[in-house]
Amino acid sequence: MNAELAHQLDAKTAQPTWRVRVVQGLGPATSLGGIVWALVQPYRITLLHPHAQGFWWLFSEPPLWVLLVGVVFALVVAPGLIEDLEDAEGGR
Amino acid sequence: MQPKAEMVHWMFATGFLFVGICLFCEAIVGQEVWRRRAWRAYLWPGLAFGMGVLMWPVMTFFTNSAIHMIAHGAWAQVMMLAGAAELGRVRGKLKSDLWLLTVPLALVVSGTAFLVHEQNPWFFQRSAFLHHLIGWTVLGAAVFPLVRVFRRHSVAANSGFALTFVVLAVFLYCDRDLAPVFGHLSPLAGAPHR
Repeated sequence: MNAELAHQLDAKTAQPTWRVRVVQGLGPATSLGGIVWALVQPYRITLLHPHAQGFWWLFSEPPLWVLLVGVVFALVVAPGLIEDLEDAEGGR
Repeated sequence: MQPKAEMVHWMFATGFLFVGICLFCEAIVGQEVWRRRAWRAYLWPGLAFGMGVLMWPVMTFFTNSAIHMIAHGAWAQVMMLAGAAELGRVRGKLKSDLWLLTVPLALVVSGTAFLVHEQNPWFFQRSAFLHHLIGWTVLGAAVFPLVRVFRRHSVAANSGFALTFVVLAVFLYCDRDLAPVFGHLSPLAGAPHR
């Protein structure tokens, strides 16, 4: 067995550090916060009772915006940041 | 066709929440890793500056008294100043770390504006309660960016600074909340509404 290959295998199976876990978890945690908020205060979501509501009331859905913030963070910011963090922690 | 004032507060809350999460991540991973991609380095100062710019139309269209207008104008100016100073530092145009003082200055001015422009006591009505709460929170939270000036890599100071935005977002989302504590607490405050 080539030692270098074994080293690479170790690197691939290494457990993520707490920093990586926090960055990975922030987006889903934020989205979960939005979902919990929606369940606790469903009246904040005008889409659930849309009749006779104007544009701004249908557009303004704070719990869904919180959910969206989590999704945007998880899809746009987190992947590259995790990549860079793992790169930095791997000392490469 | 204009959105109601509370909707504008919720929009700003969403922006603050995103900024808070990004700043928290920067505190966790460290500035060096955060700035490995240029767009990330510009993200929060750009958002701060942008929200400062957007505060001007809010001042123009949503304020109904001189002191209210002055408060929103002050927020617009200090948000733009703090965002622009940080943008200048990221770009390398501004070298001195003293530019970091624009952030605690922004929080002190913002907190003071909240407290000064609220004429009613805490429990007069929901908006009075929130103005006092946000004012004192922002004023107290100015200590975090102040510590950052002298201890750039302090995880506690950077995390506290980041969480300030998250807390501020929660408070802004509470505008028009139906929770009893935010209801009209004084009969002088008028008829309760959504």
